[in-house]
Amino acid sequence: MKRWKKRAAIIGGGLSAVGIAAALVLNALNSNIALYVTPSDVMAGKAPQSKAFRIGGLVKEGSLRRDNLTVHFMMTDLAHDIPVAYTGILPDLFKEGKGAVVQVKQMAAGEYIATEVLAKHDENYMPPEAKDALDKAQKNKGGASL
Amino acid sequence: MIPELGQFAVILALCVSLVLGTLPLAGAHYGRREWILLARPAAQVLFLMLALAFAALSWSFYVNDFSVQYVANHSNAQLPTLFRFGAVWGGHEGSLLLWVLMLSGWTVAVAQFSRTLDDTMVARVLGVLGLITVGLLLFILFTSNPFDRLLPAAENGSDLNPLLQDPGLIFHPPMLYMGYVGFAVAFAFAIAALLSGRLDAAWARWSRPWTIAAWGFLTLGIALGSWWAYYELGWGGWWFWDPVENASFLPWLLGTALLHSLAVTEKRGSFKSWTVLLAIGAFSMSLLGTFLVRSGVLTSVHAFATDPRRGVFILVLLVVVVGSSLALFAWRAPKVALGGSFALMSRESLMLAGNVLLVVACASVLLGTLYPLLIDALNMGKISVGPPYFNAVFVPIMMPVLFLMAAVPLARWKQTSIKDLALRMWIPGVLALVAAGLVPSLMGTWTVLTGLGVALAVWIAVSGVIQIAQRLKSGLPPASFWGMHMGHMGIAVFVFGVTMVGGFQEEQDVRMEPGDTVTVGGYQFKMTGIRDVPGPNYSATQGVFEVTQNGGAVRMLYPEKRKYFSSTMPMTEAGIHSGFTRDVYVSLGEPLEGKAWAVRVYFKPFVGWIWGGCVFMALGGLLAMMDRRYRLKVKAGALDAALVKGAAA
Repeated sequence: MKRWKKRAAIIGGGLSAVGIAAALVLNALNSNIALYVTPSDVMAGKAPQSKAFRIGGLVKEGSLRRDNLTVHFMMTDLAHDIPVAYTGILPDLFKEGKGAVVQVKQMAAGEYIATEVLAKHDENYMPPEAKDALDKAQKNKGGASL
Repeated sequence: MIPELGQFAVILALCVSLVLGTLPLAGAHYGRREWILLARPAAQVLFLMLALAFAALSWSFYVNDFSVQYVANHSNAQLPTLFRFGAVWGGHEGSLLLWVLMLSGWTVAVAQFSRTLDDTMVARVLGVLGLITVGLLLFILFTSNPFDRLLPAAENGSDLNPLLQDPGLIFHPPMLYMGYVGFAVAFAFAIAALLSGRLDAAWARWSRPWTIAAWGFLTLGIALGSWWAYYELGWGGWWFWDPVENASFLPWLLGTALLHSLAVTEKRGSFKSWTVLLAIGAFSMSLLGTFLVRSGVLTSVHAFATDPRRGVFILVLLVVVVGSSLALFAWRAPKVALGGSFALMSRESLMLAGNVLLVVACASVLLGTLYPLLIDALNMGKISVGPPYFNAVFVPIMMPVLFLMAAVPLARWKQTSIKDLALRMWIPGVLALVAAGLVPSLMGTWTVLTGLGVALAVWIAVSGVIQIAQRLKSGLPPASFWGMHMGHMGIAVFVFGVTMVGGFQEEQDVRMEPGDTVTVGGYQFKMTGIRDVPGPNYSATQGVFEVTQNGGAVRMLYPEKRKYFSSTMPMTEAGIHSGFTRDVYVSLGEPLEGKAWAVRVYFKPFVGWIWGGCVFMALGGLLAMMDRRYRLKVKAGALDAALVKGAAA
């Protein structure tokens, strides 16, 4: 009897630990996942409405404009452009014509307000999300012309 | 010529590792003594060959031999000599060569320091390590050969990524790899024990120092990486929950669980199966980390590989290692006798609780790291899992671990009473509560998280001091006792640092031109000028900042923005003044109009304690390893008896 109780307590304790962890995980995953979308997706209204999401693509040439610490630029997949504004210090490798990923949540004055801007550590390296966006846009264009 | 010699040495090493991976294991199985005795010399030759290969590659870097593809891709004639050596492992191929070199280093260390262990066991352990070496050498030779020639030779190399041109980065990968690879030894011991069916206290005693050594190296490696990210990336953070960071953290979590589980197995003979599983798990996590980082499925400063064959190869290796060892476990583990029994409330059960929590924490980090890959592989879109996920899950799981670790050393084996524990823990408890109320209020505003963090740090530290004081009454304790408390103290220091930085750091992004002043965290930062400074292989723009606190001593900070000649990539070099209780940190963003710059200014209280705590932990590991009982020459008649019994079985 005692042995049985002990086993039950250990198993119960283990299960409840796993259960609590699972609950924490699911809850946290649910509120902290950001979907990657391409500028074309945003144009097509496929971006999440009430959650943060990430736009991958290129920083459009000639679109960068500075206003003190706030930077305005366009994210493009060469098919569509999305206006983005960010206040703060940009990563070293953020450059016009180069790949970048921005995390945005809301819009203000017709621009998406970025909370985070990511560029990659290596100048010759394109973030796969940015590359993916370009490839998709390319494919769509190709499909249209066929 | 030299690179060909290196190549040749790698091929020879493969041949030797094939011998090491087969004959001693077969010899141990069939009782062929001459095959068993092959293990030690084979391990020595293997190490020699790989050291030769590594020396050949280093030489190619030293003399700027740009006819070697790998050198041409990762070095440059202007690169300072010190960094040329760092560049040897600055890319995929070289870092793998370093990985195997270290593996053979551990192998030869086991061969040398296992004189008191019986030859059959040594043959099995070395054989398993040999098999792992075979897998990695095949990987190097078929997909990532550092000695491939580039014809015609390049005029000049395309240079080492400027981010990696830093002393911290020279030591970060070797340390980390020492840890990763070191778990291979714990793994090999576990597999050898399964093969021989001898999972006993002697086995645990043999694995322990090796596991502790690997864990210590891994701790230092992770800390170095974190410190590097802090001062080199210019973002002021020390941990980003980047998938690559997680890849190194996963084996650490399982390794920590393994350390404690091994302790129970050695002392009480319990948890044998669990310990074996953890040993398999820790090494699998090391391999998984290598896969994640090297396969190119993740993108970061560490991910070089774009060749899909590489990812597939490591994945296959991972599946073979995990699959075969788990199969072996399923087959042999039922034969493992259960160890001593224990009550529901005992040191064993508390250790088990901590262990389970560590494994759950590891699983939750693993899930967050792999989830985006999984979703992408299932074509359900691309997502990212951000740091808030990890903070929301990891922190609550670790809090009970921190709570437990202070009290467990006081609990008795087999059976302990809660009342007894509570009586002995009331002083730390009271002090923790007082500190939790006071410290955050003194620093600024009190929040639940900062209160909890301070409480746990004080709880661990004070109970450690009390336990040491009590133990000293009955004579000088052994090294392992000091090691344990040193390690736990390191955790306390670490937790305190993390809590302070997390709760009370201040950050400001501002536009500044010479003459401007900004106040952050009670410090006045005055930009007095901006100037151009030449470097050996870059030119830099340097900001000059005066930092004062309430009119006190003036400190100068010189953050830089560097342009390396060999690339168009700018680099931020932060200006940091580190103190015991705080860092002040300035980094240059980008130039605005005229002489104005975007500047990021930080005040980081107690940030140094984060890495200081890690150093304590590693030192604790070192102390624990040096314990006399690991070096005793067959003190144990019991140990001998166990060996004889095992050999007869």
